[in-house]
Amino acid sequence: MNADLAPQSEEFENPVFPYLRQERIPHIWCPGCGIGTTVNCFARALTESGLDLDKVAIVSGIGCTGRVAGYLRLDSFHTTHGRPIPFATGLKLANPDLKVVVYSGDGDLFAIGGNHFVHAARRNMDMTVICVNNSTYGMTGGQVAPTTPIGATQTTMPYGNFENPFNLPHLADACGAVYVARWTVYHVKQLARAMKEALLKPGFTFIEVLAPCPTLYSRRNRLGDGVDQVKYYKEKSTIKNGANTQEVGLSFQGDIVVGKFVDRERPTWLQSMNEHLSKVLGAKYRPWGVRNGED
Amino acid sequence: MDGDHAACEGALAAGCRFVAGYPITPSTEVVERFAARIPAVGGVFIQMEDELASSIAIQGAAWAGLKVMTVTSGPGLSLMMEHVGLAAITETPCVFVDVQRGGPSTGLPTLPAQADMMQARWGSHGDYSIIALSPDSPQECFDLMIKAFNLAEEYRVPVFFMMDEVVGHMTERVVIPEASEIEVVERKWTTKKPGEYRPYECEDGSLVPAMVKAGDGYRIHITGLTHDERGYPAMNAVAQDRLVRRIKDKVDRNRARLLDVREDGIETADVVVVSYGITSRIAGAAVEAARARGLRVGHLRLVITWPFPSERVAQIATTAKAFVVPELNMGQMALEVERAVAGRAKVRCVPHAGGTVHDPEVILDAIMEVSR
Repeated sequence: MNADLAPQSEEFENPVFPYLRQERIPHIWCPGCGIGTTVNCFARALTESGLDLDKVAIVSGIGCTGRVAGYLRLDSFHTTHGRPIPFATGLKLANPDLKVVVYSGDGDLFAIGGNHFVHAARRNMDMTVICVNNSTYGMTGGQVAPTTPIGATQTTMPYGNFENPFNLPHLADACGAVYVARWTVYHVKQLARAMKEALLKPGFTFIEVLAPCPTLYSRRNRLGDGVDQVKYYKEKSTIKNGANTQEVGLSFQGDIVVGKFVDRERPTWLQSMNEHLSKVLGAKYRPWGVRNGED
Repeated sequence: MDGDHAACEGALAAGCRFVAGYPITPSTEVVERFAARIPAVGGVFIQMEDELASSIAIQGAAWAGLKVMTVTSGPGLSLMMEHVGLAAITETPCVFVDVQRGGPSTGLPTLPAQADMMQARWGSHGDYSIIALSPDSPQECFDLMIKAFNLAEEYRVPVFFMMDEVVGHMTERVVIPEASEIEVVERKWTTKKPGEYRPYECEDGSLVPAMVKAGDGYRIHITGLTHDERGYPAMNAVAQDRLVRRIKDKVDRNRARLLDVREDGIETADVVVVSYGITSRIAGAAVEAARARGLRVGHLRLVITWPFPSERVAQIATTAKAFVVPELNMGQMALEVERAVAGRAKVRCVPHAGGTVHDPEVILDAIMEVSR
């Protein structure tokens, strides 16, 4: 941050500052973008989680949300488009002491990277995946995404989208994620709490965050600015913890179901490997990453 | 032991403790052996959902501190190309094993070729340099694999291990030395403290920066974007020039140190056969046959194929009259020989589209022809 913009007194220091690479601020996000709000919630979740931040690594793909890794003062990896999950898989398996977080956008995680999401959830790979869903490809100028609601206009759907979008919580649930929640950037308290829960829960934990993209999604669909979209989230959201994920699909400016949908126990990939190979190979097996009875 | 199995043993001996792979003929035996061996050694094998995943999972594991490898064949190598570029720009030490088969596309899954040589060098977009080795026997699959890992660590580049179906499936005696006799190069870790360390700052005139790993408190940022010494994105021509030059130069300027060729009768030769990988075995027979006919023929076998030994080939071109380059492709490394020779001698490629190895007679005919 510019020296003259930096807070002059500790009294006014933003609690999020210590989590940011301040030398990289200002960030690239547009006014009204929801990504910064999610980062704020994430910083609060990190504080409340009590995790040793030297042992938290964040991995992003490509796109607007893909830039999150670069702004957080953690071991952070900005990888290739769609591939943060397999990178995170290698990172976690090679050093099971790390808490690995994947922070990326809907296009990155569910179009080009969809296959990796499906398999990491199936394996119950121990990582937290946070998807900022802005319903569009922001970085490239507002093309249709696998999450764009039917009827919304995008540059590559100039007459309105006719493709069915993913219901992300249902996808994550069906693939085996042990924690699935959806919140919007209006729900900052709930989002920070969900992030904390997901960070502390072993296994594949997933949070979808609905966030406005005023520059490319709202403007093109005449939905006003970022604040207007947050008002929409406020007015149309209903909290239904434990909702059947089959029933939480989204429609163009329609009702939104938010809440914690899934919270269950399943052994992680590493737990399964250690348990299985110990049983089959006995003393010959050298357990991997086992300490204090955890993986 | 066959070449695929020997390659796996070489990787274990070199200290490889993380392999991610996706099944593909004729390379699968390498990962099958690793999957069977690693539980007793201590490490991880994971079969990923595709080659894109495999080729980046290893990079995550490398940044967590392990020595890593992935194994594939032609179509899989094509899918991995994006992450070859990521490893190049982030300077992630890793080994890509390519057991070459006939292509393009699905081609000849069970039969040999050497047609990925240019893809290994140039396959990902942008400018960068890599190192490639071409073993010609199961013994070399073991020995050179250790060298491949050592070079990956020393130079922080993706290193390609360019096998082929025949070398992979050929069974020969393999001597595995005592661990104490094997030279293993460890990663160059920084001696700096967090706060002082900059991930892409080189010291002491080296072109290769020292590394740290995730979880050690350095809070590094690593990106596939063009970056400065702090690892932060730097979107301008100056940063681009500085980074791209260095990731090329660290290999290219060490060409002399990376020279690994086997020479036989070069000094007195009128004709020099240049070969690598499985084709060098056939070429050797053709060279002997030509000598039996009274011809003065030398044999230059490339062990490190990339960087190409241009200077040595140029030097030989001042005494030899002609070069013969047999390879299991339609002429790839022959182009490099032509470039190095620069018109000072004849260069005769002996192409072969793959599916089997050359008939030595065909190479002999080429030698006879250029000798006239």
